[in-house]
Amino acid sequence: MHKEFLMGNAAIARGAIAAGLNLVSGYPGTPSTEVLETAAKSNNGSLYVEWSVNEKAALELGAGAAYCGARSMVTMKQVGLNVASDPLMSLAYIGVKGGMVILVADDPGPISSQTEQDTRHFASFSKLPCFDPSSVQEAYDMIQEAFEFSEKYGTPVLFRPTTRVCHGYASIEVKDEAEYKINKPEGFVKDSSKWVIFPRLSYNAHIRIEERNAELSKVFSDYGRNFIISAKDSSSRKAIATHGISYTYTMEALRDKAAPAVLKVSTPFPFPEQLAVEFLKDKDEVLCIEELDPIIERELIYICGKYQLPVKILGKLTHNVKTAGENTCASVAADIAQFMGWELPAAQPSDEPPALPVRPPVLCAGCPHRASFFAVKEAMKGKKSVFCGDIGCYTLGNAMPLDMVDTCLCMGAGVNITQGIGKIEPDTNCFAFVGDSTFFASAITGAVNAVYNQADMTLVVLDNSTTAMTGHQPHPGTGRTMMGQVVDKVSIQEVLKGVGVKTVETVDPLKLDEAIECVKRVSAEKGVKAIVFKSPCAVLIKGKSPAVIDSDKCTGCKRCIKTLGCPGIVMHDGKPAIENSLCTGCGLCSQVCPFDAIGGVENAD
Amino acid sequence: MQTNILICGVGGQGIVLASKLIAATAMEHEIPVMSAETIGMAQKGGSVFSFLRLGEDLYCPMFPEKSADLIIGFEPAEAVRMLPFLKDGGQIVVNTHPIMPVTATLKGSDYTGLEMIDYLKKNVAKAAFIDGESACRDIGSPKVLNMIMLGEAVRRGVLPFTIDDIEATMIRTVKPQFAELNSKALRYNK
Repeated sequence: MHKEFLMGNAAIARGAIAAGLNLVSGYPGTPSTEVLETAAKSNNGSLYVEWSVNEKAALELGAGAAYCGARSMVTMKQVGLNVASDPLMSLAYIGVKGGMVILVADDPGPISSQTEQDTRHFASFSKLPCFDPSSVQEAYDMIQEAFEFSEKYGTPVLFRPTTRVCHGYASIEVKDEAEYKINKPEGFVKDSSKWVIFPRLSYNAHIRIEERNAELSKVFSDYGRNFIISAKDSSSRKAIATHGISYTYTMEALRDKAAPAVLKVSTPFPFPEQLAVEFLKDKDEVLCIEELDPIIERELIYICGKYQLPVKILGKLTHNVKTAGENTCASVAADIAQFMGWELPAAQPSDEPPALPVRPPVLCAGCPHRASFFAVKEAMKGKKSVFCGDIGCYTLGNAMPLDMVDTCLCMGAGVNITQGIGKIEPDTNCFAFVGDSTFFASAITGAVNAVYNQADMTLVVLDNSTTAMTGHQPHPGTGRTMMGQVVDKVSIQEVLKGVGVKTVETVDPLKLDEAIECVKRVSAEKGVKAIVFKSPCAVLIKGKSPAVIDSDKCTGCKRCIKTLGCPGIVMHDGKPAIENSLCTGCGLCSQVCPFDAIGGVENAD
Repeated sequence: MQTNILICGVGGQGIVLASKLIAATAMEHEIPVMSAETIGMAQKGGSVFSFLRLGEDLYCPMFPEKSADLIIGFEPAEAVRMLPFLKDGGQIVVNTHPIMPVTATLKGSDYTGLEMIDYLKKNVAKAAFIDGESACRDIGSPKVLNMIMLGEAVRRGVLPFTIDDIEATMIRTVKPQFAELNSKALRYNK
């Protein structure tokens, strides 16, 4: 063993490798992304690592490997599990031979997600065991145990950290390479009575799964990571039940206090019922401190009913803990103080600070998406139009002054939302914007649907040749894999033509006049037509020298600022000025300046 | 004995590396360390922070309001935003050079940073201010702000190690061609 300073996600990857991991697949998504990236970086050649096109593909790949006796891990964020839920639900019945951990990172807040869904629900829904770590060290240790449980019980298991565990760093104890388990997969053994799902098999499997989970509930009551910390004040009949990062906030809040008993639940499913019964005896009131949904709270209410225990269970359902958003050290300390009847230090009246500038996230300086949105906006000026967005950096196209994202729902949804709006409002010019990685992940079927069902819309693919939002992961259009291979790129244009889109034009959005003309020409056609705006992510290319504003020519009209909203242009003494540390010299502003006052960059034509 | 540090600023200012260097130096001294920082969408021009804790018996990397022994503010308004986290008697080290957000540019706001610095001077007894921009100019690189800030923070005596310790970690961490420039920035003292 030795000490290392690791991010939670890195600790999970390193723990999985120490547990003999053979294959890891996933689809990027905050806060889960660094797990697979760390696995790829730590690969000594014995591991297969893949960014799959989406979570469903990743989970099926992991299942195939585990059928062979490999230890596999599949990584995704919480909404990714919605995409992978079809194979997940069936795989729960089939089971696995090698250990298989499905890592799903939840995002209380939400900080960078569409929903605050709680994967612990998916555990009980799919009947799969679930592990919920509280710290970086625990994540490292627990993922190894999760593989053991998975293999012992022949079932995939869910491993569900949340953002603050995923992205927290800590100096932790890790194994030396000599201590790693080595797993040599036996290979696929044919047995259609085991690997082919049929109603009869599912019926029998359902019986076995219920028996297994009843057993696991008992096993988990003795599992060391589910535990009760005794009260410092043994006469206290109040107690706290908690989990995950909230457990650590709880322990911080109880430091140096006459602390009540604490139940830590690390396996929300199957719930450690016997341990909970032991915890609840001699208690009058229990406060459940959870993030996302009141899972522990409902379990304890159920157990109180089942065992007829006269304990009042408080938490989200009773509004003793906030129902949405993430907990913090301060919110948990306040919830506990109120529950215990402790006085909180009164807030000292402080001098009111000056109004603080807000800093909403914006498209980067030089981002080609800004040019793409602006080109469509200019081309459609005065025409009735709707612009459906999708998931990625380009969702930020909704911000002023671009204001070019009218809808955003989930990965790939924009294509068929556009189709739906067009069916009800046929006089509207309908546009769907989708990024290259999202296109491969889940917009291709949408495009087929739109073509076959005679939609009238323009599909705009914003191709910056990377998965930018999550930190530049490769995808089928990049020609690179996570194993370091250079492979044939899958062409977005050929895919679109192949599914029946007759007009597919490709244009560089930073050549603004050409781009605007292209949008006018293509959008005027009937049926489904596509424009691929191709220009690399500004973060990945070496920028050109910054733009220069000719102060003699600049009239201070601010058109550059008011139309583009680029962080590379700021106001200085009443006139626009270039922020040299940010400007990439993309040349877009020089093309919108009506007075030809911005130069110093290569002319776009 | 625990030391709580909060580093705050705007995405792209090198906050993460500063935080990593403190953590790595703590590891060298066998001091347990935890940290948590902004990752994801907010990094794109948004407010970013790094919570850093050194010492025994830590449960989580975050700490509540009124707990920081030291706030290193890379931008004046961001220092004010995070000031509620400063413990009574805690210290701040602040870069006086403001960064104008795009929204302020669009709305023609007159944010100059000076109002923030006045506020900090009025409300914090132990405050050090550095003109980060002119310091970077003196050293000859816009990329060394984080080392300038870190150097000043170490000189405040809140961290359990010296400039030499941080410098040794830095030399091990950064690309060799940047070591000399960063050393200069760490030791910049005006």
